[in-house]
Amino acid sequence: MDILIAALVLGVMGLVFGLVLTGTSKIFAVPSDPKRDAVREALPGANCGGCGYPGCDGCADAIAAGKAPANACPVCSAEAAAKIAEIMGAEVPDASNRKVARVLCQGDCQSAKQKFDYQGIEDCNAACTVNDGFKSCKFACMGLGTCVKACPFDAIHIDPEKKLPVVDEEKCAACGKCVAACPKGVLELQPQKQEVALLCRNTDKLKAVMDVCKVGCIGCQKCAKACKFEAITMVDNLPVIDHEKCRGCQLCAEACPTGAIKALKPRQVAEIDQSGCIGCTICAKNCKFGAIEGALKQPHKVNAACTGCGVCAAKCPKKVITMKDAVAPRDPKAAVEAAPAKPAAETAKA
Amino acid sequence: MNTYFVILVSSLLMNNFVMNKFLGICPFLGVSKRFETATGMGMAVTFVMTLASFVTWLVNEFLLIPFKLQYMQTIAYILVIAVLVQIVEMALKKVSPSLYQALGVYLPLITTNCAVLGVAILNTDSGYNLPESTFNGFCAALGFTMSLLLFAAIREKLALAKMPKWMDGFPGALITAGLMAVAFQGFGGLI
Repeated sequence: MDILIAALVLGVMGLVFGLVLTGTSKIFAVPSDPKRDAVREALPGANCGGCGYPGCDGCADAIAAGKAPANACPVCSAEAAAKIAEIMGAEVPDASNRKVARVLCQGDCQSAKQKFDYQGIEDCNAACTVNDGFKSCKFACMGLGTCVKACPFDAIHIDPEKKLPVVDEEKCAACGKCVAACPKGVLELQPQKQEVALLCRNTDKLKAVMDVCKVGCIGCQKCAKACKFEAITMVDNLPVIDHEKCRGCQLCAEACPTGAIKALKPRQVAEIDQSGCIGCTICAKNCKFGAIEGALKQPHKVNAACTGCGVCAAKCPKKVITMKDAVAPRDPKAAVEAAPAKPAAETAKA
Repeated sequence: MNTYFVILVSSLLMNNFVMNKFLGICPFLGVSKRFETATGMGMAVTFVMTLASFVTWLVNEFLLIPFKLQYMQTIAYILVIAVLVQIVEMALKKVSPSLYQALGVYLPLITTNCAVLGVAILNTDSGYNLPESTFNGFCAALGFTMSLLLFAAIREKLALAKMPKWMDGFPGALITAGLMAVAFQGFGGLI
């Protein structure tokens, strides 16, 4: 009998509470935007806060209200991002435009000179308050891991030997928290597909840079001169690479005497499908590096001077030129006489 | 009046829920990394604990005792707390969306906070009347919030300290919590 009373009392309690809940949910019903609910559905729901809003609900609200762009969520998959963009009627984001954070300093303990031995709080902000940091270069990365702590995706680690942060580009979601956290402004969001990058921010020149760091940009302009596509201009003694013009030939990285410009991808070389080539010489005329040999009406060949800029592949009327990873290092001496290249290229354009 | 003062001082210092009774340790360690989230959690817990003390007293007095069902205390109280948290969540969403936003995910998590159930059961065991129970719930939550905020502030400072690797993060936090508990034991003989 007791057990029945217990079950009955608790059952009634549950029933009453259930009714109360139903009632309150009716009273306190908040009319919600169906668009907002659809966006919330598409978001990952991990409440990581990478977007800067309190959880996925906050992010969905901001997207639906138009306060945040459709791609505000830095972590969701490409499909989810496309779905949100579709709901909001925005352009579907292009995965090839993916950005990642890059560390624009290579001054490790060997190459960058130190002003003094820093023994204070393990934090870049703290280190910067002491005589503007312990490295002689005022643009240098402190390497104490303020960015590592700021990263919500575990994508940055300090290299134990170099004492510099390394970004795991696969994990990086381009949320920009590290960029905001760095007191020196060493981190920058750059397109992942970028072929070369200048990994130095020192605006001084020549000796002033060499005195403080072995791998800094000395502003010698060798890269700007080496670039055949006029993609590099010098601003404040630093080369600025126009990535619209850059074809990824990586000659700037080769020309750089200190290694401040780094090639981020393996070099590509062109390969001509011998059976399909009709020997029209358009590729050879357009090659700025004298890397294509062969007589008229004979199948052409690519020599070791190829930089992998891909101009020939774009110009080939028969589409028989493909780009592949280079196996041997480039040999500039292999270039053939490329004297007619420039005027020919211009006539081809016309 | 005297009883209320004793309840207030005792739940803040001598019978602090976290430091002396070791209840609610999960959110104490979980949401104490940043001061802001700790504040939000403290506010939400205060709200729910006060209301839970009020309602569980009514449930105990008018349902459990007349039907001689005191052995069903735990399950009945959990039911009350779960419903309360749900109602609070819905009401907050309607009345104050900004506060709802600020509390975020911590609000539903309070359902499983043992400090809330603990205060309800302790109220019943101490034989408090309705206003005393409600006040005790409020003060206990205040004590919880106080320790949470103290701990969060210490942890924010600790995060910048140069710690040996084996002490960094949770080990250091646990030792800190232990030292804080020892300090709070010192209030023991006050009443």
